[in-house]
Amino acid sequence: MDQRGPALNAAAPLPGPLLAPLLELCAVSKQFPGVKALDKVSLEIYPGEVHMVLGQNGAGKSSLMKVLYGAYHADEGEIRLRGERVRIASPSDARRLGIAIISQEFTLVPHLNLAQNIFLGRQPVGRFIGKIDHATMHRRARELLDALGLSEDTMTPAHKLGVAQQQLVEIAKALSQNARVLVMDEPSSALSDHEVEKLFGVIRRLQSEGVAIIYISHRMAEVFQLGDRITVLRDGRRVASLLPSETTPQDLVKMMIGRSVDAGYRTRFCAEPGAALLEVRGLCAANGTKDVSLVVRAGEIVGLSGLVGSGRSELVRAIFGADTVTGGELELFGAAYRPEPAEAVRRGLALVPESRKQEGLLMIHGVADNLIAAGLKILFPRGWYRAGVARRAALALIARMKIATPNPERVVKTLSGGNQQKVVIGKWLCAQSRCFIFDEPTRGIDVGAKAEIFALIEQLVDAGSAVLMISSELPEIVALCDRSYVMREGRIVGELARDELSEANILHLAMHPESGHGEHGGHAEHVH
Amino acid sequence: MSGQNTALLARIGFVLALCLLLAISSSAFLTTNNLLNVLRQASLVFLIASGLTLVILTAGIDLSVGANVGLSACLCAVVLKASGSILLAVVAGLSCGAVIGLANSLFIVLLAIPPFIATYGMLWIVNGITYKLMSGTTIEGFPPGFRFIGSGYWLGIPVPIYLMLGFFAAGALFARHTRHGRELFAIGANPVAARLSGIPVRARLILVYTVCGAMAGLAGLVYLARLNSAEADIGDPMLLPAVAAVLVGGTSLFGGLGGLSGTLIGAVIVTLVLNGMNLMSVSTNWQPMITSIILLGAVLTDTLVRRHAEGAAK
Repeated sequence: MDQRGPALNAAAPLPGPLLAPLLELCAVSKQFPGVKALDKVSLEIYPGEVHMVLGQNGAGKSSLMKVLYGAYHADEGEIRLRGERVRIASPSDARRLGIAIISQEFTLVPHLNLAQNIFLGRQPVGRFIGKIDHATMHRRARELLDALGLSEDTMTPAHKLGVAQQQLVEIAKALSQNARVLVMDEPSSALSDHEVEKLFGVIRRLQSEGVAIIYISHRMAEVFQLGDRITVLRDGRRVASLLPSETTPQDLVKMMIGRSVDAGYRTRFCAEPGAALLEVRGLCAANGTKDVSLVVRAGEIVGLSGLVGSGRSELVRAIFGADTVTGGELELFGAAYRPEPAEAVRRGLALVPESRKQEGLLMIHGVADNLIAAGLKILFPRGWYRAGVARRAALALIARMKIATPNPERVVKTLSGGNQQKVVIGKWLCAQSRCFIFDEPTRGIDVGAKAEIFALIEQLVDAGSAVLMISSELPEIVALCDRSYVMREGRIVGELARDELSEANILHLAMHPESGHGEHGGHAEHVH
Repeated sequence: MSGQNTALLARIGFVLALCLLLAISSSAFLTTNNLLNVLRQASLVFLIASGLTLVILTAGIDLSVGANVGLSACLCAVVLKASGSILLAVVAGLSCGAVIGLANSLFIVLLAIPPFIATYGMLWIVNGITYKLMSGTTIEGFPPGFRFIGSGYWLGIPVPIYLMLGFFAAGALFARHTRHGRELFAIGANPVAARLSGIPVRARLILVYTVCGAMAGLAGLVYLARLNSAEADIGDPMLLPAVAAVLVGGTSLFGGLGGLSGTLIGAVIVTLVLNGMNLMSVSTNWQPMITSIILLGAVLTDTLVRRHAEGAAK
């Protein structure tokens, strides 16, 4: 193979700098059951560039990242480093090739000091076999940290550092492994404005040393502030790669949304919502929910949108009492309510959680036992369990929900994702809930089951229940909801009525800092 | 459910095979006396194991049951000697057991200490109290009215066997035919999902650990009444057979699966093995080791069955 490789993939719209690309992804695909996470994605990364990668939730950003550091294996396509085809089968392969990743969850060991963390598993060894050369380790750690402008003592345990400092240590760790490609996943998301400036300084310095940076971002402002090139992903495909000077924030949002996906539209929307079934005022919780107020009325499907990590699941967990509430007032069906799961269930509030295996189902138990798990009090008010009653209730739900199971005793672990989700929803029908919270109800289930679940949600509100629905699939929110709240950083930052509900408007609210964060808001303009 | 019935039948078959083996190898085995003795011993194991079954169904464990038997028995003996009142002594013994169980549950529920550690710590706390209470002495000689519950006969059958059958019926009824009992299975299968389904997980855990403690207390009384003497270490050999009975009975150490009928059979199996070892003059030094091997075998089977089921599910 030509040592320098083809300077450009034919699909690349732009010539990079005059150098050959450092890293090339050529038509990389990754398939999961029911979803194509990456669909022939090609990408060229040049030395010394900051390459911004944008996309909605589920556009393929994380999959791309995982393919690069060996957590996923691409089904098709190849990766070339300096023109040579390479195989990245594991994170250690990636490290050896000089590809490092700075993820949102830091991997520092809290009680080890900075030098130990930087050289974890690769401590410099002295002449005696196995004897760690502490002096060399700390000296080299010092040099690395100095270069990044971090003055902390190398003896400091990692847990004493703030988020921004930990991130710099992660970068130091990557550099100690001679990383030439640094993949950063939303590195600014947890930083203050001042810390972001500092991080950008570090990134520019690395850039000048020829390190290539793949920067995954949700913030429009920094895309233009920092990026040399921008790649937009959508539905696992590369939509475009362009220079910042060639585009605008509005164009980028349009590219991220693309054409709307067939989500199955709702037949009729709620004209006159009924009484408020769930009302929340000034809710604060230990999980990061800050001063949230919202109302959900009978007959309404209310969306709760926002980017991953914007605090949507945390908010509904707080409402349900799954996480500790620290302040605020709540009303359920018109009466004061103190969040607590047993109380919520008794009063008729239901939570279909994001992770049905961990939080929704008794995986080792049968369909029937799962279906009646939340309705035990209603089915057996006197406390005596009657197998016949349980079985009849389960059979009725299996028929109503069209759950595909050979018998009610079938262990739920053996069912498909869609049928499992129906069991979770059925559980709340058995409990006679009237206000439903759905957290990503269609995650990991196939198209057919999706449509059935949407139809079911619609039936619920038509019958006078209220629904609050979290979905990262914006087309779902737009297609199904009567209105939607939009969250960012644990707060509700806006509410969109039915006629304002569009993917562009949701993304706009979800991504643009509100007033008061003006420093990053330079490009914040209305899209519509 | 049919799978569980098969497993139960397999265990009954195992019991019969074990009996046949013992009958062939020792002429002393198939005597009415020895068989009643086996069942009387099994009833003691079952009383402890029944409460423990409920705990293990919630994916918990109580390692303090042996120590609990010891303290409850000794406290009962002390109160009986001091007051002469059987009623007072029985109430003291049972409450002692229940309080130890309650204390376990509070460590687990309020302080979020893992059950294994909480109850292992409790084992030594309780042992310490027992040794302090007895300070090396032996209390002997109790009134016949009290001794009846451990060594008495009714219609030619030892009283503890009636206790075993009575508590088996009550326990099985509770576990299988009440709402609270069903909730225990849900908690054991997935405590998070159980909580988010509105099941008051904490209250149920407090209940089962307290019941488990009270049952250990009851076993302490029965044991005391049979031995007619109390020493600080009388509960020590009780933990292993009780845990073995639950696990051999097919209740899963990982929670959510099992029940009291299995434990009843498990108690008989474990006692038969102990009895057989005595009949064959196996040294008592070896007996705990052999019981442990049987216990590990039961857990291994459970693990393999689960892994197989998970593999089939994928």
